[in-house]
Amino acid sequence: MTSSFHDWIVPHFNAWVYVIIMMTGLWAVIAKNNLIKKLIGLSLFQTSILLLYVSLGVKEGAGIPIIDHEAAALAMSGSDDALNPDRFANPLPHVLMLTAIVVGVATLGVALALCQTIYRDFGTLEEDEVLEQMKTLHDDV
Amino acid sequence: MTMSDHLPVLILLAPLFGAVAVGLFGMREPRVCLPVTLAALGVSLWCAVGILLRIHDEGPLDYFVAGWEKPVGIGIVLRADAINSPFLLVIAVVAIFAALFAVRPTGERESGKTPHFFILFLLLCTGLFGITITGDAFNLFVLVEVSALSSYGLIAIGRTKRCKVAAFHYLIMGTVGASFYLIGVGYLYLKTGSLNMRDIHDILVSNRSLFGSRTVQTAFLFILIGIWTKMAFFPLHGWLANAYSYCPSSSACLLAPLSTKASVYVMIRIMVSVFGLDQVEANAAWGDLVVWLAVIAIAAGSTLALAQREFKKMLCFLIVAEVGYMVGGAWLGDSGRWGLTGSVYHLLADATMTSCLFLAAGTFAKHLGVVRIDDLSGLFSRMPLASSGFVIGALAMIGVPPTGGFFSKFYLIRGAIDAGEWIYIAALLGSSLVNAVLFFRLFEIAFFGKNPVGFHREQGPIEVPSERLEPPFHVLAPLLGAAALVILLGVFNGPIVEFIRTALLDPVTIVSEAR
Repeated sequence: MTSSFHDWIVPHFNAWVYVIIMMTGLWAVIAKNNLIKKLIGLSLFQTSILLLYVSLGVKEGAGIPIIDHEAAALAMSGSDDALNPDRFANPLPHVLMLTAIVVGVATLGVALALCQTIYRDFGTLEEDEVLEQMKTLHDDV
Repeated sequence: MTMSDHLPVLILLAPLFGAVAVGLFGMREPRVCLPVTLAALGVSLWCAVGILLRIHDEGPLDYFVAGWEKPVGIGIVLRADAINSPFLLVIAVVAIFAALFAVRPTGERESGKTPHFFILFLLLCTGLFGITITGDAFNLFVLVEVSALSSYGLIAIGRTKRCKVAAFHYLIMGTVGASFYLIGVGYLYLKTGSLNMRDIHDILVSNRSLFGSRTVQTAFLFILIGIWTKMAFFPLHGWLANAYSYCPSSSACLLAPLSTKASVYVMIRIMVSVFGLDQVEANAAWGDLVVWLAVIAIAAGSTLALAQREFKKMLCFLIVAEVGYMVGGAWLGDSGRWGLTGSVYHLLADATMTSCLFLAAGTFAKHLGVVRIDDLSGLFSRMPLASSGFVIGALAMIGVPPTGGFFSKFYLIRGAIDAGEWIYIAALLGSSLVNAVLFFRLFEIAFFGKNPVGFHREQGPIEVPSERLEPPFHVLAPLLGAAALVILLGVFNGPIVEFIRTALLDPVTIVSEAR
C-alpha cells in the first residue's frame, strides 16, 4: 500500500490532482440537470487543463523566468550560472494558458448568455423541463 | 517580399478585418454589411486561388507571421500544401455562396440583427481559414474555438426557442471536444517540447521509441476523440442534428458544409503532419478499429436519416454518415494511399454538395415555408430552376456520375479494395443505396405530387397557388453555382486527385521545410 502510494501517487501528484478535478467537472457536465451546474462543471474541466499545463513548466529549484540584468552581466563574464536554464521555470506553458483562459472566459460568457435566453424562453434552467417543453413546441424552423 | 508572398496571412486577415468593418459601419447602416462581407471573402478567394497556383508551381509554402522564423516553435507558422490549398478554395467559394444566400439573414422581423450575423459569419470564416492553414498545434486549438464560438452565436441568432437549446448543447459538446484536443497537445508538448507541427513530427520520427511511448499514444487518443466530437463522428454526433436543423437557414448554409469538414481536415492534418503516416499506418490494429467505427457511423447515420420527416434533419444525419466515409477512408491504410486521397477529395466534394443541398433546403424553407419532406409536393412545377439545383446536389449525394460524389466514392472503394476492408465497401454501397431511396422518394414527391401544400408560420398548412414561384436571383445564383461546382469537381477529378495523391504518396513533401 505505502509502496504504491510512493510509486504512483507522489511522483505524479500534479497528474492526480488534475485528473480528479477534470473527472469531477466532466461528471457534473454529464450528470447534472441544471444548466448552470453543467457550466460550473465545464469550467472545472477547463481549469483542470490549465493546471496540467502549468505543472508542465515547473522544474525543481527553478524560479520565475525573469533574467536579472546584473546577474546576467556577471554571467556573461563567466563567473556565475545566472543564465543556466535550470534556474528558470519554463514560461511557455503559462503563456499558452493565458490564451486558454481567455478562450474559457469567452465560452463561459456565450454559455451564460444562452442560459439567459433559455430562461427567458422556457422559464426554467432545469434541462429535463426544457426538453419536456421542447416536445410540445410548434415553432417552425 | 512582394504582395503575393503574404497570401497565406491575407486569407485570414481579410475576413477578420471585414468583421471589424461590419461592426464599425454595418451597425449604423445595415445595407453595407453584405458588400463588406463579399469584399472580404472576395479577397480571401483571390488569396486562395493565388496560393493554389503557387503550390502547383513551386510546392509547399511556409509563412512565418511577422518573420519569426527561428527558433522553430516560437513563431506562428502558416503552412499551405497540396492537402489544404484546394480546401481553402472551397471554403472561400462556399462562404461566398452562403453570404449571397443570407442577404436578409434573420428574417424581416429581426433585420436589426443583420450586422451581428455578418460579424459572426466573417469570424467563423476567419476560424475556418485559420484551422486549415495553420502549422501550429496550439494555434489550431485557438482557431477551432474561434470558429466554434462564432458558430454557437450563428445558431442561437435564430428566432425559434429550439435553436437556443441546440446551441447550448453544441457548446457543451464542442468545448469538451476542444478541451480533449488541448489535453492531447499538452501531452505532446510534455514529450517533445514543441508545438510546431513539423517540429513535433521531426522529433517523433527521429525517436521511433517515442511514438510507442504511453504518453504519445495517450496524446494521440485524446486528440482523436476531441476532433471526433467536433466532427460529429458517431456516437459523438448528438449535437449536430438539432444545431444544424433548428438554426436559421442562412447560418446552416455556412455551418453544415464547412464546420464538420474542417474537423475532418484537422484529423487528416494531424495524422499526416504531426504523427506521420508511416507511424499511423504501422499499427494496423488501430486502423481496423477506426474503420469499424466508421462503418458503424455510416450505418447509423443512414438509418437515422431514413427515420426523419423533416428535410433538414434528414440532411443532417446524412452528414453524420458522410463523416463516417471520410474517417474510414483516412484510416484504410492501403499502400497506394487511395483511401486517404479519396478522403481529402471527399472533403471538397462533400463540402460543395452539402452546400448545394442546404442552399436548396434553405430556399424551400424561406420561400415556400417547407419544412417537412411531405410538403415538397409539386415543388418542381413551381421552382424548376431551384429544383434542378437540388436534384444535382441529391444525385451527388447518391453518387451518380459525373458528380464529385461519385468519384470520391470510387476512390474510397478503390482504397478499401487494396486494403481488403470489405465491410467498409459494404457500408459505403449500403449507404449510397439508402441515399438513393431517400432522394428518389423526395423526387417522386417533388415531381409528381398533386397538391402543392405550404406551411404558414401562424396558420399551419395552407393551400398555395401552383404558379411558378422562382426565388430571386441572389438566392438562385449560389444554389446553381454550388450545383455547377459539384459537377466541375467531378469532371476535373483526375487532375485534382493526382495533385493530392502525389503529395500524399511522398509525405516528405508535406512535412519537410518549404523551399
